[in-house]
Amino acid sequence: MKLALKLAYRNLMGAGLRTWLNVIVLSFSFVIIIWLKGVMTGWDHQAKTDMTNWEIGGGQYWQSNYDPYDPFTITDSHAPIPDELKKQEETGEIVPMLLLQGTIFPEGRMMPVTIRGVSPTQSFLHLPASKLDTGDGTISAIIGAQMAKHSHLKEGDYVTLRWRDANGTFDATDVLISSVFSTNVPSVDLGQIYIPLSTLQEFALLPDEATIITLKNAEESATDYPGWVYKSKKDLTRQVDEMIKTKSAGQTVIYAILLLLAMLAIFDTQVLSIFRRQKEIGTYVALGYTKQQVVGLFTVEGSMHALLAALLSAAYGMPFLAWQAKVGWTMPIDASEFGMAIAQTLYPVYSFGLVVSTVLIITITTAIVSYLPSRKIAKMNPTDALRGKLQ
Amino acid sequence: MKTSLITFLTFLFVHLSAQDAASILDKIDANMSSKNRVFESSMTILGKRGSRTIASKSYSEGTNRSFTEYLSPASEKGTKMLKLDKQLWIYSPSTDRTIQISGHMLRQSVMGSDLSYEDMMDDRKLTEVYDAVVTGEEMLGDRKSIVLTLTAKVSDAAYHTQKMWVDAVRFVPLKQELFAKSGKLLKQMEMKDVIQVQGRWFPTTIIYKDMLKQGDGTEFKMTKISFDQKIPEHIFSKASLKQ
Repeated sequence: MKLALKLAYRNLMGAGLRTWLNVIVLSFSFVIIIWLKGVMTGWDHQAKTDMTNWEIGGGQYWQSNYDPYDPFTITDSHAPIPDELKKQEETGEIVPMLLLQGTIFPEGRMMPVTIRGVSPTQSFLHLPASKLDTGDGTISAIIGAQMAKHSHLKEGDYVTLRWRDANGTFDATDVLISSVFSTNVPSVDLGQIYIPLSTLQEFALLPDEATIITLKNAEESATDYPGWVYKSKKDLTRQVDEMIKTKSAGQTVIYAILLLLAMLAIFDTQVLSIFRRQKEIGTYVALGYTKQQVVGLFTVEGSMHALLAALLSAAYGMPFLAWQAKVGWTMPIDASEFGMAIAQTLYPVYSFGLVVSTVLIITITTAIVSYLPSRKIAKMNPTDALRGKLQ
Repeated sequence: MKTSLITFLTFLFVHLSAQDAASILDKIDANMSSKNRVFESSMTILGKRGSRTIASKSYSEGTNRSFTEYLSPASEKGTKMLKLDKQLWIYSPSTDRTIQISGHMLRQSVMGSDLSYEDMMDDRKLTEVYDAVVTGEEMLGDRKSIVLTLTAKVSDAAYHTQKMWVDAVRFVPLKQELFAKSGKLLKQMEMKDVIQVQGRWFPTTIIYKDMLKQGDGTEFKMTKISFDQKIPEHIFSKASLKQ
């Protein structure tokens, strides 16, 4: 085996530019695949962290009627906060939120919104809820940057907010936009306006009621409260998982094209080697190599492209990947329109497993591609091969 | 003795005023409400960048069932709207699809007008919903009107308070202001072109103005109207949307 490696290395170096062209193409595959997979892992990490910080905390209880994808349910999605959870609200362990559909009229335009009631004293979600407490009796509201952009509202503006209470009676008031926050989680931003929970409960005639209760920490075993459904963090981030799974599947096509290009070059090289080096093959056999050993020698030679490519990738790829991890990749299109928790700049995250699995996949694929043309050697007549006769 | 007399007279005035107002509401309901009605109308939306008119034919029965088919312009022709109880469906011929309007969409305006789908769905009798008090008399154009203040007596009224100017002779509303619970003026309606149809007085032109929105309002003109007709049952079914 040692001899095979030595011979393979010498033959590759002897081939000169042909070898290096193959190695360069293969090294591009290494770097691009690792980078793309790193971006996906980075997105997954960023999306889940942002969702945790801004929206879902360690998990949520949903009022049993509540379905965020079915607007028919929102009107009836409210219930009194369970007594056990109320104690946790005092210690800041939970954030109850009441949802109500309403309309705002910025500059006389009609915009449907979801009014979210949140306590100004909550601290674990990144929402600047403390800005809801103006202290002078003014009803203040906070909105996200995308919402502000669409409604042309800014800090200090007043906007008329209209809603219907639990009985269906219209009510309206002017609210002060006390803060505009920036988040990567669109479900917290687009079409949402936040006012103090107690104010909304009073407006809606739903005292002590809520639609969603967000927990600070994940519960090991969910407590069953009648009328409430527990949603674990995993349930709440399933959409991100599914999106990344779909995107990863789409990216596999890019990986396949990159690998195909590299493998085509290696396959051609192997075919050419076997065609041009028949005398060499005959000599190996004449010197006592079995046909299988010669096949092995050529397979190792082909596979060594992958090893050289891995080394070359490490030489220029590591600084590139490290630089990308630091500065991130800014998407050329506006990520806020995606409707998903996605930052404008994604920071790739590379794990040891990601690098090892990519190297292994490419090396094994290269070995297979190198082996396939080498099988022809086993069918060669050694005497004809020694004479260089075409077979 | 003097104080008791003043209290008694005040009570009597308020009581009589409320009684008068209640009878006025009854008369308004007698004019405005019917078992069913069939009408053709044109809705002119007076926007900032000009106006556009949408013609339609509607069938309505009581407070729970109504069906509207848009007749013009070409872009809206064939669009149909069906209301059954608290549900509303819209059929669009361009997509050949029926969608149910719900939640926040119900608060959006109908075809860009000052009417929301919710407004169109809420048409109970005034006497069922409001207590009224006569608060004055005014001339509206050349018509003498009684000014009523209506306060919801049921908890599920869409508007908590209304101010209504009622024709003192014909007992049809000539103007209405609809207020939120907070007292904020939300909508204003002006009724014109009052005609007598089948023994009742009825305004055939209504100008709606959403006071929170920009624009000059929406003029709703009924070109043909008939009351208490025989409406085939199939009109109020989802199947009629695609016919």
